[in-house]
Parts: sequence; C-alpha cells; structure tokens
Amino acid sequence: MNEELKVSKIKNGTVIDHITAGMAPIVLRILGIGKGCSDTVIVAMNVKSHQIGLKDMVKVENRALAQETVKKIALVAPHATVNIIKDYKVAQKFKVELPSELIGVVRCPNRNCITNSGERVSSYFTVESKDPLALRCHYCEVLVDGASVDILL
Amino acid sequence: MQRVHTGWLGRDVISIRDFSREQIEELLRHAHQIRPDPELLRGRVMASLFFEPSTRTQLSFATAMQRLGGHVIGFSGVEGSSLAKGESLQDTAKVVEKYADIIVIRHPLEGSARLVADTVSLPVINAGDGANQHPTQTLTDLFTIQRFHGRLDDLKIGLVGDLKYGRTVHSLALAFTRFRKIELRLISPENLRMPPAILRELDGIVPYVETSELDLRDLDVVYVTRIQKERFPDIEEYEKVKGAYVIDLKACEQLRRDAILLHPLPRVDEITPDVDALPQAKYFEQTRNGVPVRMALLRLLLGA
Repeated sequence: MNEELKVSKIKNGTVIDHITAGMAPIVLRILGIGKGCSDTVIVAMNVKSHQIGLKDMVKVENRALAQETVKKIALVAPHATVNIIKDYKVAQKFKVELPSELIGVVRCPNRNCITNSGERVSSYFTVESKDPLALRCHYCEVLVDGASVDILL
Repeated sequence: MQRVHTGWLGRDVISIRDFSREQIEELLRHAHQIRPDPELLRGRVMASLFFEPSTRTQLSFATAMQRLGGHVIGFSGVEGSSLAKGESLQDTAKVVEKYADIIVIRHPLEGSARLVADTVSLPVINAGDGANQHPTQTLTDLFTIQRFHGRLDDLKIGLVGDLKYGRTVHSLALAFTRFRKIELRLISPENLRMPPAILRELDGIVPYVETSELDLRDLDVVYVTRIQKERFPDIEEYEKVKGAYVIDLKACEQLRRDAILLHPLPRVDEITPDVDALPQAKYFEQTRNGVPVRMALLRLLLGA
C-alpha cells in the first residue's frame, strides 16, 4: 500500500518528500512554519520508504520555495524531493541538490570569525563533502559537520 | 637567481591549505638563494597592517622588504588606525590599496585576511588571523627543518605543548600532509590535544600518535609551543596546564644528537634558558630564517 495515501492531498503548494526520518521539525523551522501560520500544513514522520527506509514528509499549502530555502533543506535532508502542486497535480518535481558553495545560508559557528563581527560580509562555506556532510568556512576555515548544521541555519 | 614562476605574481598567501608541495618547495628554493639586493623592490611599498601586537613577524616582514630596497608603511595596534574611529576592515583595505603594492595583515579575527584578500586586487599576505592561520611562520618552520635535515620527507616530528589553541602546530601538521613518510608524535596535556578537525585531515595521510608523556626519543624535530594565556576562555584552565611541559637540560638528554629543537617564540617557561647553548637548540636561527622566507615571498608575489 502506498504510504502517501495516509495523508490528505493539497490543492496548491509544495510537498517535500523523502526527508530524512526525524528531520521534519527542522524542515518546518526552515520554512518558518510555526505559530501564526494560517495555511494548511501536513506533516508525516517515520513513514516507510523504499528508497531511504524511513522518511518524513511535509505538505504546505499555498507555498513556493525560494532557492535559499531549498539549499537549507538539502543540508538537513539530502535525499529530499520537492513537488510543486497545482490543482491537486504534480506540476514540477525535482531533487534537492547541495551546491558546491553556500553563501549566506549557514551561520559560522566560530564566534571569532570575521563573518560574526559586524563587517558587511555574508557567511561563505564550501562543501568539502556531501556525504558525510562537511562544510568549511571560506574565511576562518572552521569545519562544520552534519551533526551541528541545523542549529546554524 | 632562478626564474620566477608566473603562478606567484599577485597571488595571496592566506592559508597553508592553499599550497601544494611543489609551491612550497619552489618558495623554499628561492628562500635558500635570496640575498639582500636594494634594487630588487626599489620603489615598491608594503603596507603593514598590524591590528594586534607582534614583534618577530612585523619586524621580519619590515626587514625583508627593506633588504630588497622596498618601503614599509602601516600601523601597529588599532589605536593608530581609522578602525578606532569605526571604519570597517573592508574600507580600510580599500584605502590602503591606493597607497601600496602589497598588504601584510595581522588581525585578531579569524578569516580577516581572506576577507581583505577578497576585497582588494593587491596581493595580501596573512601574518596571523586569530587562532586560524599564520602561513609565513609555517613556511619558515619548513625552511628551518629543510636547512638542518636537508629534506622534508622521511621525518619523525614531535609537536609539544598547546596543540589545541596553537595555530603554528595546526598549520605545520597540515603542511606535512604534502610530504612523504612523516610520523607525528603529538605530545600535550589531555585538555590541550590537537583538535579533531585537524586530526581528520591527517587521517590516512600522516600517521600520528597522541601522548601526554614528554617522550622526545628518536625524533628528528621537536617543535615546542607556548601555552598561550590569551587563547584560553577560562583562566583556571590556563593555570592548571601552564608549565606542564618544560624542556630543560634533563628532558633534553632524550634528544638525538642530530635532532633540532624549534619554537615559534616567544617562550615563557617551556624551554629553560640553559637549553639555548645545546647544539640542538635552533629556535633563534628559526626566527632569523623568517627573513629570507619573507624576502623570497615578497619578491615572488611582486614579480621582481
């Protein structure tokens, strides 16, 4: 039985599927969904997946994702797929992909980094490894791994 | 004098991570051969932007520039700069760019030198950015080791003291990933061990052992670092470990006759003064070597 049938369809919006199990709350935070959000949001966690064992899924009505948001999702859920829904149908589908450089996406955890000093400069990380995740700050050269990346978004 | 490789002209020197083995070797070849020449950089101007105090690095850069006939402008300490008036580092760099041919910067914030390099079109040399990188110190260390041992491969190297906060040992350890048959012995108190991120970069390339025992036997190079009070967030942690690894005459009995004892200086009490007279003590020659290394670098970057 298709596990996706357990949750309702949305008319217009975005379905983020194949989220790494347990990461849905972080994806919600990335999407800025919390108190005050009036659109329909459906969250499924620990759903069986042929591809990744267990997965989470988030459906958000009336929401399109900015590129920066997709990059952030790729950091915490590298296997996620994004489905753009129009009139109950999948109008577009793509896999999130981590770019080789992340500018202004992740905050540097090093308090002594120039990007945390008040200078007019965005954070800038290069992706040294996608799996396991390893990001290096272009400026202070600090290494960030997958375990700590979500608190830096 | 050798022909200058075009890959050096105008480049920045920010991190030892930016250097290949071939580039390190080429620079060191030039450093071994360079001699004072007041014509080589005549009329060129080096801006020396020292946002935090330094003795050796600042003086050796100034000496290197002047021995090649160039001029030095700049300041030491924030009080002398417009930063004290609230100017951003990027604006300071853009202004200095109009006056100089090359910028040397020391700054307490990590990543500051890279930001300046990204801001200006002049070559920028990092003379220390917080606890991150100090590549010309590492190149000086490599030059000294090569000078005394005649090689940078097949060496047993002991790094002693503060391996957690000491940027010189981080950079030196990373530099040795470019060479072959290196063995590292990492000697430090438990709470000042080499950071895992550095160890990860050594994994599979440079074999290392970590120990808290001051075992200096069978090493080609013993590199001692000061326990840096200013890098400790907690003064109590500093008090616990200061003086933990004192290299005195007794400890030096373990040294091989052809071993060399290095220290980036300044020392506090980690090497006793009576050790200075031993033939293995090379730290003052190491500091002198900073001049030819920086002369070679200035010449290469300015294409003279």
